[in-house]
Amino acid sequence: MTLPEGIASREIDGEERLATRGTAVYGEPVDGGWRAWDVRRSKLGAMLDAGMDTGLAGDDHVLYLGAASGTTASHVADFARVVYAVEFASRPMGDLVEVAESRATLVPLLKNAHNPETYAHVVEGDLDAIVQDVATRGQARVACANREFLAEDGRLLAAIKARSEDVTADPESVFDAALDELRGTYEVLDTRRLAHHADHLAVVARPR
Amino acid sequence: MSDRTPAGTGWFAGLERGDLDGARDAIETGSADSPADWPARAVETGFADTDEEYYAALREAAIAAAGEAAAERERADDRQAIHAVRAMDDADRVANELAERVAEWAASREAEAGTGVEHCRELVEADDRVAALAERVVDLDREARELETSVERTVRSVAPNLAALAGPTLAARLLALAGGLESLARTSSSTVQVLGAEDALFAHLRGSAPSPKHGVIYTHEYVRGTHPDDRGSAARALAGKLTIAARIDHYAGDRRPDLARELDERIARIRARRDDADGDHDTDSTADERGDDDAA
Ligand SMILES: C[S@@+](CC[C@H](N)C(=O)[O-])C[C@H]1O[C@@H](n2cnc3c(N)ncnc32)[C@H](O)[C@@H]1O
Repeated sequence: MTLPEGIASREIDGEERLATRGTAVYGEPVDGGWRAWDVRRSKLGAMLDAGMDTGLAGDDHVLYLGAASGTTASHVADFARVVYAVEFASRPMGDLVEVAESRATLVPLLKNAHNPETYAHVVEGDLDAIVQDVATRGQARVACANREFLAEDGRLLAAIKARSEDVTADPESVFDAALDELRGTYEVLDTRRLAHHADHLAVVARPR
Repeated sequence: MSDRTPAGTGWFAGLERGDLDGARDAIETGSADSPADWPARAVETGFADTDEEYYAALREAAIAAAGEAAAERERADDRQAIHAVRAMDDADRVANELAERVAEWAASREAEAGTGVEHCRELVEADDRVAALAERVVDLDREARELETSVERTVRSVAPNLAALAGPTLAARLLALAGGLESLARTSSSTVQVLGAEDALFAHLRGSAPSPKHGVIYTHEYVRGTHPDDRGSAARALAGKLTIAARIDHYAGDRRPDLARELDERIARIRARRDDADGDHDTDSTADERGDDDAA
């Protein structure tokens, strides 16, 4: 698996790590302009680290759902052409705005990912990827509702958190139900349980 | 691509480049049925000359919109905390008043020795009302505790550092007295120290009373649990740190666990001074009057 343009595997602090080029955001070490991508704190980082084929190439047009304070979205913004970063909580949005101020490619949007019509006048269509990490109930529904933003050969890169759907159910059955729901709208290409992110299933899919 | 373009317009429709207010508004309140190739449209319609220009304009407006909307919502959240803490205080006060009434009524009833069926009937009647009233008191008290939980949750999210230092209820009372997080963040530490002691402060200003050493922060263990002679110092130290906490919550928003540690140390030093000075009292009462902890 080759990494997308703009992401490198580099030795930082004596350790081989994923890195992107940009200013530090969350206290991660920086070396020669490259900032380490902490894959323990980032599901997309862990997906790339595990060698999943994300379809990302560099210079991508991306919709990021559940950007929080921008830990992962900032790395994506480092190698993408544009990242539309949707987050509906006001406190992390304050941090995300700060991250956007130092990144020409990051467009913060205080919107609810369940209501794509409230940002379809801002977010362009034909996107290369949707990165989704909302960790709230109805994760498959969010992915389906946002399908309209993806190009035909675009990719959904989602982290599904089992406990967000049902704390009592067995994670495997929660994942199965989510995948079933996704399959109405997407073709699922790959799934993986991630190191460092127990209780999550990583999904790569493309629109049907 | 444009053949899939829906009827509908992008956020920039009808806007002049450079109209930041208009752009912010359009991003915040606009909508579309489906997305389109907005960068190309913006160039076609002359809103921008190039994609680069379009993205730069969009990003600038989005930052303004998101930053403002987030700040506004937080202001709305501190209003919620203020309403909730006032409702909690009302519920507590009414519950206590009613409880006194119930006690008085019940006591009087027992002392009374009437006779006859009619009187008994009256007593039972009255008894029911007393019992019902007592039930209301219990309900009100339960509601006050629910409100307290809701205050805690809201204040911890609106003002996490202030809540960590003051405790959530006192933090909410300070927000209420100051009129919100933004005003509290703008308030000097000497004013924070006497918030809630306005009556005493005005009496002092009229020359009829000594200056108050503390207002509502008196309820904090660090003031109340400090020797009376040192309470002024403790109140000043506490008010100083609370002021800093409110400013960080308003202007920065991140957690600073160091603040609590610094306050702990400061109070420990003030209390230790008392232990050292025991038996030799008057020596540091002058130090109390110096404004050495003002955060302003
Ligand atoms: C696990 S965190 C995301 C962490 C982030 N992706 C990262 O790696 O840096 C989930 C975020 O999704 C946000 N979220 C949940 N539901 C949402 C929705 N319907 N619309 C927008 N954001 C949502 C939450 O507020 C939270 O900040």
